[in-house]
Amino acid sequence: MAKEIKELTCIGCPLGCALTVEIDGGEVVKISGNTCPRGAAYAEKEVTNPTRIVTSTVKVEGGEKAFVSVKTKEDIPKSKIFDCMKDINKVTAKAPVHIGDVVLADVAGTKVAVVATKNVEAV
Amino acid sequence: MKAYDIVIVGGGPAGLAAAASAREQGIQSILILERDKELGGILNQCIHNGFGLHTFKEELTGPEYAGRFIDKVKELGIEYKLNTMVMDISHDKVVTAMNREDGMFTIQAKAVILAMGCRERSRGALNIPGYRPAGIFSAGTAQRLVNMEGYMPGKEVVILGSGDIGLIMARRMTLEGAKVKVVAELMPYSGGLKRNIVQCLDDYGIPLKLSHTVVDIDGKERLKGITLAEVGPDGKPIPGTEEYYSCDTLLLSVGLIPENELSRGMGVEIDRVTSGPVVNESLETSIEGVFACGNVLHVHDLVDYVSEEATRAGINAAKYVTAGEKAEGSKVDIIATEGARYTVPRFIRVDQMDDLLTVRFRVGAVFKDSYISVYYNDERVMHRKKPVMAPGEMEEIKLQKEKLQAYPDLKTITVKIEKE
Repeated sequence: MAKEIKELTCIGCPLGCALTVEIDGGEVVKISGNTCPRGAAYAEKEVTNPTRIVTSTVKVEGGEKAFVSVKTKEDIPKSKIFDCMKDINKVTAKAPVHIGDVVLADVAGTKVAVVATKNVEAV
Repeated sequence: MKAYDIVIVGGGPAGLAAAASAREQGIQSILILERDKELGGILNQCIHNGFGLHTFKEELTGPEYAGRFIDKVKELGIEYKLNTMVMDISHDKVVTAMNREDGMFTIQAKAVILAMGCRERSRGALNIPGYRPAGIFSAGTAQRLVNMEGYMPGKEVVILGSGDIGLIMARRMTLEGAKVKVVAELMPYSGGLKRNIVQCLDDYGIPLKLSHTVVDIDGKERLKGITLAEVGPDGKPIPGTEEYYSCDTLLLSVGLIPENELSRGMGVEIDRVTSGPVVNESLETSIEGVFACGNVLHVHDLVDYVSEEATRAGINAAKYVTAGEKAEGSKVDIIATEGARYTVPRFIRVDQMDDLLTVRFRVGAVFKDSYISVYYNDERVMHRKKPVMAPGEMEEIKLQKEKLQAYPDLKTITVKIEKE
């Protein structure tokens, strides 16, 4: 495979560094433009196996609020985002729910948990 | 009348950080007044991730970020009142507020910290022609409906304006099953952060049409569609470029305006560019002992910077309460010109400033391979190259007290953008 250069925008934080990735024979050979190690890690992943954190909400029973916000504890493959949403929308949590509580142990077969990002006390 | 050393108006990220830092400076008598039913402000509806990398060195969602500061405020035993609306603040710092338990009440404050945040520019401010059917929301209203109340505003969506909330909502509505057809932006560049264009639009194949705006609204009871047109360099629609999009929902993400009715009411001087109070190096407004921080001061892109700024406001308010304000030292104006639209603060008293002071500003257009230049009087003292600068992303410079003190007869500091 020939050398290939990809231009990316880092999504690690709101700085949004412009990254340049050199790929040779499917291997990442050089990453530039990043201001921190997260940028390099993102660039490598983005050209080989792009992933995202998915955030959404889940219904709560018996809580002071009807919904609790959630996120995937780690990033999941981009291709699994909509399967992940389907699973998340089937879940109902029981109050009390606290930040970090697991509301779904394995989302869309990724082995990644979905955790609460807000506290909802029972009423 | 009750009395507090510091009254903080607003229990969002700015108010919480200001309260915590003032308490850490030893001020016991602090009261936060919050109009919503919980602390945390707008972060409660920002359920997406990307917050806190600067402050906590990890990536948090909005509610998690707020949660850290709410916990801190509670641990520190800081008093707060929810569901409480501040009606008025007098020039002498008498705060009039009301809620269902206490009715209407007044509080004498020694210092006031303004942390009311901002609100969204509405359709009325845009003069979009056409009927006024249901289905037109500000992006933030839609965000609250979807993320907190559990309602979907519609199924087929067009978004006008590429501010961050609009971009975030393009993704959010898509994830919840809506079809987001297009994001239109009047300007030739996006008002949002680059990363949000990548992960909210590009990821989902949502087109971004720059230099486009809505020229007609179709539908009487419920929105049926909108007409987009390209705009020329003069900002006016180009005839013949009209394109119809059927949709039941139009989200507006067309800018944020600091919410300064209370500040104006008490006589605080407002900056015409930021729509926020004019402040000095201590984030103190034109009224002694009244401080401002967060989006009420100027609209930020990053909550981390809000927390940092609010922490300084809290420290300075605490200083004011314990020591009283010292006599004014020599005043140095900071002038934003040639590409730089404004600076916060707008002037500094060198004697009163910290050893290192961050001055934040925005540029007025997109600049490529240009320099941020700082002049003391007429001498250029700083010249820093940036590959890209855009109005959607806040810039900063740092001023060192030592250098300012050593500079003979310093009258003005000028910030400008230069090609070379």
